[in-house]
Amino acid sequence: MRADSYSERPLLIDGWPVRVASYRAGDLYRARVESADPGATLARAAAGSAAEAEARALEEARRRLARTRRREV
Amino acid sequence: MTDYAHPEVLVSTDWVARHGRDPNVRLVEVDVDTAAYDEGHIPGAIAWAWNTQLCDTLRRDILSKEQFEELMRNSGIGNDTTIVLYGDNNNWFAAWAFWQAKIYGHRDVRLMNGGRKKWLAEGRELTTEVPSVPRTDYQASAPDLSLRAFLDEVREAMEKGSAALVDVRSPAEFTGEILAPPGLPETCQRGGHIPGARNIPWGKACNDDGTFKSPGELRALYAAHGIDGSKPVIAYCRIGERSSHTWFVLRYLLGLDNVKNYDGSWTEWGNLVGAPVERGAAGAAA
Repeated sequence: MRADSYSERPLLIDGWPVRVASYRAGDLYRARVESADPGATLARAAAGSAAEAEARALEEARRRLARTRRREV
Repeated sequence: MTDYAHPEVLVSTDWVARHGRDPNVRLVEVDVDTAAYDEGHIPGAIAWAWNTQLCDTLRRDILSKEQFEELMRNSGIGNDTTIVLYGDNNNWFAAWAFWQAKIYGHRDVRLMNGGRKKWLAEGRELTTEVPSVPRTDYQASAPDLSLRAFLDEVREAMEKGSAALVDVRSPAEFTGEILAPPGLPETCQRGGHIPGARNIPWGKACNDDGTFKSPGELRALYAAHGIDGSKPVIAYCRIGERSSHTWFVLRYLLGLDNVKNYDGSWTEWGNLVGAPVERGAAGAAA
């Protein structure tokens, strides 16, 4: 199989800048969400459609981002 | 890639497509775990997981010489094998593995420029097949600790300016606004940075496609913060993996002789009782 239709786009989740990457490999669509800065992986998901894979990954990323607190500096 | 100080440590995705299965080449996907590898990886690649295979899992440390030898032996890697590493996050964890391989004296280890992202973006072949590899009798060298900074040396650098401290975390981590990358566990007690450190985020060394910037761009990036080889450099981040990426850039792409990775990083300094901490944007990247 080959990685097909790889794409990336920026997005804000509850004020946090992230990047969503997705591609198709075989019968599955894959999505990965990472923080825009510094770039750490937040979530991965796979599904039968690109929309469903992204929705699952974004849901998990939102859950993880909710744990981070901003402090006054 | 030929203008870098040590171009031999980088290979392109094209090179991997042509040589990844050569008998003397061992291709390794390196990440925090094997989730990405399990989705599909470059044919012939094996996987190393940072959290279980590239650290001592009991005490906080890199692999011992014996543990490193065992990893190499189980990975079908001999002393003369060309190890080609790649992974997500523009090779964060691949750079960590590279750094450790150099600590233990492996001669020929390289990064695939652009990492997993570039391979995917180019629509290249993937497989979920895990290759079986023959066990070897790998012998590691004694650790070269000139590549690794420990707490006392970092403290001295802060106090005496004996080395330039480069904090490669994001500006929000550097200032103390957040204690860890967004969404990751807060593994330190205090936010901020080591006094006197300059903030040059690791990702500034990369292009959008994940490849490294040109030698001229890299030189300008670091020289703007006084990092030009005129004094030793110690790079740090949160746990030492992002700073191993910057260590790679400074040591192998720009050819600076005296560069160390402080793998204790902020999770050590930011938890120390009584350690000085600076908050705010002093020293931040322009």
